[in-house]
Amino acid sequence: MTATTTSARSELSELGRSETALRTFLHGLPGVDQVGAEQRAAQLGTRSIKTTAKAQAIDLAIRMVDLTTLEGADTPGKVRALAAKALRPDPADPSCPHVGAVCVYPAMVPYVAEVLRGSAVHLASVATAFPSGQAPLEIKLADTRAAVAAGADEIDMVINRGAFLAGRYKEVYDEIVATKEASGDAHLKVILETGELATYDNVRRASWLAMLAGGDFIKTSTGKVPIAATMPVSLVMLEAVRDFREATGRQVGVKPAGGIKTTKDAIKYLVMVNETVGPDWLDPDWFRFGASSLLNDLLMQRTKLTTGTYSGPDYFTLD
Amino acid sequence: MSERVAVRKTYKLFIGGKFPRSESGRSYLVQSSNVSLASRKDARDAVVAARAAVKGWAGATAYNRGQILYRAAEMLEGRREQFVALGIPGDEVDAAVDRWVWYAGWADKLAQVYGGANPVAGPYFNISAPEPTGVVAVVAPERPALLGLVSVIAPAIVSGNTVVVAASATEPLAAVTLAEVLATSDLPGGVVNILTGAITETAPTLAAHMDVNAIDLTGVTDAALATDLEVKAAENLKRVLRPAPADHDWSVDPGLDRMTALLETKTVWHPKGV
Repeated sequence: MTATTTSARSELSELGRSETALRTFLHGLPGVDQVGAEQRAAQLGTRSIKTTAKAQAIDLAIRMVDLTTLEGADTPGKVRALAAKALRPDPADPSCPHVGAVCVYPAMVPYVAEVLRGSAVHLASVATAFPSGQAPLEIKLADTRAAVAAGADEIDMVINRGAFLAGRYKEVYDEIVATKEASGDAHLKVILETGELATYDNVRRASWLAMLAGGDFIKTSTGKVPIAATMPVSLVMLEAVRDFREATGRQVGVKPAGGIKTTKDAIKYLVMVNETVGPDWLDPDWFRFGASSLLNDLLMQRTKLTTGTYSGPDYFTLD
Repeated sequence: MSERVAVRKTYKLFIGGKFPRSESGRSYLVQSSNVSLASRKDARDAVVAARAAVKGWAGATAYNRGQILYRAAEMLEGRREQFVALGIPGDEVDAAVDRWVWYAGWADKLAQVYGGANPVAGPYFNISAPEPTGVVAVVAPERPALLGLVSVIAPAIVSGNTVVVAASATEPLAAVTLAEVLATSDLPGGVVNILTGAITETAPTLAAHMDVNAIDLTGVTDAALATDLEVKAAENLKRVLRPAPADHDWSVDPGLDRMTALLETKTVWHPKGV
């Protein structure tokens, strides 16, 4: 390790102390070439992944799924059923891997925890006044502590987009730091809600801000606004985690969420991960899909590969 | 002035209301026109489109379905010359239009003829109503190219089923032209999907597909293939219509069997006398 990287690291860790330093740094990040990013993402979507490679990709994608239900109508029974599905996505095939995590609202965490206890499936809970994040800080932190106390080992927080877009980066930074502290040992995923950030430059800035503040994962979206995860946005975020590891040595995960519905989409993302940040991230610890309907499509494609016949939605659970 | 260059047509598939080329990029020559050679994946895509269309089509009122089918007959009549130019005899086109109208008329009559109140020994209203089976795969007869095709599509969709049709391999031009008729008839996309190409390639995929509810083997001429398809169809208990005899006369009154074979009966018990 050279002297320059060590000093660069300590400089980065000092950034959060002042609004000016943070702004200077974030606005000093190179701008994103919008056309280039969109073209690159589109190009990576054209790779053909077949047969054994496809089978591997499907199993990896299943292991990366954060099986999510975030509805006002969620009930204990529904989330228990979802957790059971997370453990055994395809009851007809014991070789099918379990998913990465179950993601629910804090009030539903205890019911999921009962089912997942003793398994390797993680339990994620959204917190900090999801999805808007428009609540006083104490309430957001209490929300987080309650979720952790109920058994969540991953917290999906939302950033304060109002503050971010108004340029109050220090406020956003401090909230993430405080939430990280409130999460304790739980992994912190920071939702940028890229659909509300308007530009790729903002996505890059928000990614760096979240990583500097200590986020373990950066996540695209809540799934509650019309524009959710897109390939170019995820590309910008992947580049950010790559550059961040180069600068600091710390690896941060990425979770695109919302709008990824088909196996084909999921495989495109996996190709993009491999080509942008490399195989280090091709692991459920470092890359996740926030999705609900994706899992059934993955299972149908998996069934097609193992049995040779196309399956149908009648043969898989709805949630 | 330079001589005008003719615009030649490529005959494409009909899936979900659109005319895509085969996903495989393949085509074959028929009457010196290029026709798409459908692959297993095209069959899969067609089933997805057909499944997506079931809710809207089966949920439409019978009267509305009848109107739309009648509209299709109007369009078919208007394209008479185009079919004749493809080598279909004028009489056959007329018969096809008549057959389509005849089936269209059945849309709002099926439930009355095949449903009704059942007398039961108890204080209940007991009512049976026919409902569509769902997604039906159809292997269309090789010929007559148009009348045969109309005679297998119309009875399936009139009750609210959606179909994936493997068209005649040797005379597919009429099938694609019929697709153009349907595409301009207010028929929702995905209700009729037409695949051109080798039956041996598409039919086994359709027969084995777990999201297909019934298969009509009318156009299968190879007995071994028919047996294979029936075995595959048994996996999820598809309704099966067996191949038509080679000397089947398509011009005679078709009867109701083709419609009723693709219906499910729902019976409701309702207490009365309160």
